[in-house]
Amino acid sequence: MTDQVLRVENLKIALPEGADRDFAVNDVSFDLHAGEILCIVGESGSGKSMSANAAMGLLPELVRPVGGRILFDGNDLLTLSEDEMMDLRGRKIAMIFQEPMSALNPLMRVEDQIAEVFEAHGLLTRKERKERAVTLLTEVGIPDPEKAMRAYPFQLSGGQRQRVMIAMALALEPQILIADEPTTALDVTTQAQILQLIRNLQEQRGMAVMFITHDFGVVAEIADRVAVMQYGKIVEAGTADEVLDNPQHAYTQKLIAAIPKLAAEASEVAEPGTPILDVAGLNKTYRTGGGMFGAQARVVHAVNNVSLTLAEGETLGIVGESGSGKSSVGRCLVRLMQPDSGTVKLAGQDMAHLSGGALREARKSIQMIFQDPYASLNPRAKVGRIIAEGPMAHGVSKREAYARAVELLELVDLDALSIDRYPHEFSGGQRQRIGIARALALEPRVIIADEAVSALDVSIQAQVLDLLADLKKRLNLALVFITHDLRVAAQICDRIAVMQKGEIVETGPAHAIFDNPQNAYTRTLIEAIPGREKELAAAG
Amino acid sequence: MLRFILMRLGKAAIILIAILTLNFFLIHAAPGDPAAVMAGEAGAADAKFIAQLREQFGLDKPLLVQLGIYLKGVIQLDLGYSYRQQMPVADLIFQRLPATLLLTVSAFIISLFLGTLAGVLASARVGKWSDTLISSLALLFYATPLFWAALMAVLLFSVYLNWLPGFGYETVGANYTGFARALDIGKHLILPAATLGLFFMAVYMRMTRASMLEVSQLDFVKTARAKGLKPSIIQRRHIFRNAMLPVVTLAGLQAGQLVGGAVLTETVFAWPGIGRLMFEALAQRDYNLLLGVFFVSAAMVLLFNLVTDILYRVVDPRIRVA
Repeated sequence: MTDQVLRVENLKIALPEGADRDFAVNDVSFDLHAGEILCIVGESGSGKSMSANAAMGLLPELVRPVGGRILFDGNDLLTLSEDEMMDLRGRKIAMIFQEPMSALNPLMRVEDQIAEVFEAHGLLTRKERKERAVTLLTEVGIPDPEKAMRAYPFQLSGGQRQRVMIAMALALEPQILIADEPTTALDVTTQAQILQLIRNLQEQRGMAVMFITHDFGVVAEIADRVAVMQYGKIVEAGTADEVLDNPQHAYTQKLIAAIPKLAAEASEVAEPGTPILDVAGLNKTYRTGGGMFGAQARVVHAVNNVSLTLAEGETLGIVGESGSGKSSVGRCLVRLMQPDSGTVKLAGQDMAHLSGGALREARKSIQMIFQDPYASLNPRAKVGRIIAEGPMAHGVSKREAYARAVELLELVDLDALSIDRYPHEFSGGQRQRIGIARALALEPRVIIADEAVSALDVSIQAQVLDLLADLKKRLNLALVFITHDLRVAAQICDRIAVMQKGEIVETGPAHAIFDNPQNAYTRTLIEAIPGREKELAAAG
Repeated sequence: MLRFILMRLGKAAIILIAILTLNFFLIHAAPGDPAAVMAGEAGAADAKFIAQLREQFGLDKPLLVQLGIYLKGVIQLDLGYSYRQQMPVADLIFQRLPATLLLTVSAFIISLFLGTLAGVLASARVGKWSDTLISSLALLFYATPLFWAALMAVLLFSVYLNWLPGFGYETVGANYTGFARALDIGKHLILPAATLGLFFMAVYMRMTRASMLEVSQLDFVKTARAKGLKPSIIQRRHIFRNAMLPVVTLAGLQAGQLVGGAVLTETVFAWPGIGRLMFEALAQRDYNLLLGVFFVSAAMVLLFNLVTDILYRVVDPRIRVA
């Protein structure tokens, strides 16, 4: 291990005053060697991204390195001038980011954005830049590169955009590639492809890759070495096998234990109870474009002839990738969206054809928990009002509703005093608990959880999943759990329905789906789960 | 694209007729009519004379018949006859239109150019004294009533300093020709155009500044920095182009007011434009002329809406006109 290209020594990065701690990164040291992939793992706020950005000289304003060195090519990057850093960026050290949707300029063609990398460093002629761009796009596996060159980012899928980002980063053959959560925003099958691509390119070019992620599954897929960060410090570092198979630090052990296991257990509910929700022939199409003169509209069949049943006390998982129609199904069930046709029978009553007061009454029995704990709570309302509003709208007195809100807060393990606080005073996991309390306030019989834990860190996610499972049992709730994350589905669901392009392609008990998937698409999904092979090897 | 334009023009025609009908009834709902005003001015307000005038102008027919006659004329591009001014309405409007367009288009260009420039400068120096200065000036312009700014400008630049003429379109009786005339009109133009542009300049400045700062936080700007691009290129190519999108929307709104939005300025500076024509027509209940001015203003708003939408498609490839 003599081939180190980057050496971080005792790096200290100060946060602006008033932040929750003084240092984003506190006394962090690690080496990055040529031809290896180093994964820096941690939960949000651990300082993993800050370390990466410091190496690029791209720290946010007001965040400054205050100690230590980052040695590259005989220089300390922290002491270089902005001009010298500009010369290194893109040429020696390149970076790709988390959100392929927003990381490309929406108003520039792909070819111009790639050509810009050469232009920034005064290399090649205009014509040569274009030629190189085609070669690069071919190399990162974009179908029809000539056409993609002329495209604007919005015309490409998320995975293709991330490939364009990678092509840009590789344009000048940098020694180091920094990848900041590059697959987090992608679907699981796309994620598997992009991870494979990064691995291949890294091997071909002997590049060093610093890979920032929160996902141990991804670590298992791609890492040579791992450094685990918590509160700005590296708590454990070692080869991937050492850290994953035999974690030494308590925090690493906790993180790895919190990852939902893939092996689904046979359902405890041996006999399904009486059906509470019965959906038959549900359809929903979206039309875009078209106007009063009847221009041709684009029609998307978001929900295509979906039928499913849910028994009392059962958890049904609806899994699928983005655009599969899983969220549209959820929205049709609670009538946030009007289905085009089909019936949604809740305890024998057809929700899809109710209106006015009858619909409001029926909605009490079916409540929803949303994905984004930051956007789904009114920031101007106190928690008490958020929870009590529903019952009050149905005629419960204010005093009674607030008393019930306190009980509910205790039920979801929050302090009763929370009732007088605003949502912004809570963390993401706590907010999701508030969201659950709100859903429970109307004493529903069915809860639809739409990606309810997707925005949470893995340890928080585990807590919220435990809470949901516990509440379900205590209150005899039926749960529809919509998720893109098959690991989560495996952990919590009794039965699973797999959706693709608006249709349910396979449905069955969770363990059957995972152990013996019948449909080709289901198999592709399961095989793409990061870390699966390692887990199977460990189990077998 | 052609299909889109044709469709929009079709919609515009329908909207235009709806606007005219609405305006027609609104005007007739106001007390008094041209006959009463003329009779009053002639000092002979006996009922017979008024009735005679009404018959002459066709005002004695039922309202719906009058509307039908008017709309039929408009469809044949005949805006009617102003009995008050003894001239066809279309001729009157076309006489005044150049002066108004000269004024409003100059104000539009001045405000858009200077406002955007000031916004870019302020955003590049955010928090420094030059940003504070530009922002405070913009707030001042934004808050100052137009007529007051106009009067103060006249007081300062023409009465005290005597640098610029305070009112009128050109020097009466000087009989300049060619370049000398253009220069003379140009001098007369400066004060009204600057006054009229002041408000929108402030709005553009604030919007550009806010938009630049917002865009500079976006992910693709970080991507651009990670490429090693120079800050000046990032500013121009990545931030500015994206930041201009909301400004284009606003400019489209302002452009719609190019004909009808200068009544106050034209009145203060005695500028012989459409705005003053409309004001006079209103005072004299000159129905045909008033409707004619409304027609041209409304057509202009619709036209510039269409132009803005087409322009938006050019600037932002994500907008699909369909």
